[in-house]
Amino acid sequence: MLIGKVIGEVVATRKHASHEGQKILYVQMLNLDGSERGLPRLAVDAVDAGVGDDVLVAQEGWSAMTSVGKPYSPIDMAVVGVIDQVHLSE
Amino acid sequence: MLLGRVVGTVVATRKDPRLEGKKLLVVRTIDPSGKDQAGYLVAVDTVSAGFKETVLLVSGSSARMAGGCKDCPVDTAIVGIVDSVEVST
Amino acid sequence: MQLGRVVGQVVATRKDDALEGKTLLLIQPLDREGRDRGRTLVGVDAVGAGPGETIYWCRGREASLAWHPHHIVPTECAIVGIVDSVTID
Repeated sequence: MLIGKVIGEVVATRKHASHEGQKILYVQMLNLDGSERGLPRLAVDAVDAGVGDDVLVAQEGWSAMTSVGKPYSPIDMAVVGVIDQVHLSE
Repeated sequence: MLLGRVVGTVVATRKDPRLEGKKLLVVRTIDPSGKDQAGYLVAVDTVSAGFKETVLLVSGSSARMAGGCKDCPVDTAIVGIVDSVEVST
Repeated sequence: MQLGRVVGQVVATRKDDALEGKTLLLIQPLDREGRDRGRTLVGVDAVGAGPGETIYWCRGREASLAWHPHHIVPTECAIVGIVDSVTID
């Protein structure tokens, strides 16, 4: 999993049937120093996260699909946790 | 599989119920000589790894094959604590 | 998934049977300001997207599930949504 920050929400009327009723979050993945890691991604929301939340992102299909109860769907990423704290020992 | 070094923990109260009770560790990926690489992953610990220990990671859908991770939304798991890495030249 | 814009179409007469009747579109990935970023890629359209539209696509093995259970399509990029708006804080 990766650490990301929810920076927005995506609205799409015409989309795959398995995405109907799903909240789709716009998530910026972060490096451990808090800097941005690559382009923001879209992830389905399994834990009612919102803009500004630091989140745990699963980037493997089966994990992502089943976290929102949609196996066998074109879903490659999901927010599976809202992070309270990250402790680093470095 | 990847080599990594445990550098932190993640606390998340609100999460997929299948992650309840799982220890989430922040692992920096390292090269065989032990040098930090740029990347990191948040992994479920299945072998009671500790801070700064060098660990063996399995990522992708195979992570669910790790102990206790069956049918869990886990894409990275710590499945071993590395004693030594020998690089033959 | 990732945000992009449809910038073209690819026509291929001889192709895998599962690709028959499907539209191949050229996608330009976008950054959070909506600017072009990175290299274009080819995706299989699952939602009826057209030129100029902002879309999002699914990558990897999961993309081939966009037509499940009717077909399993050999693609690692499926266009699965047409974006109306992105609210950015």
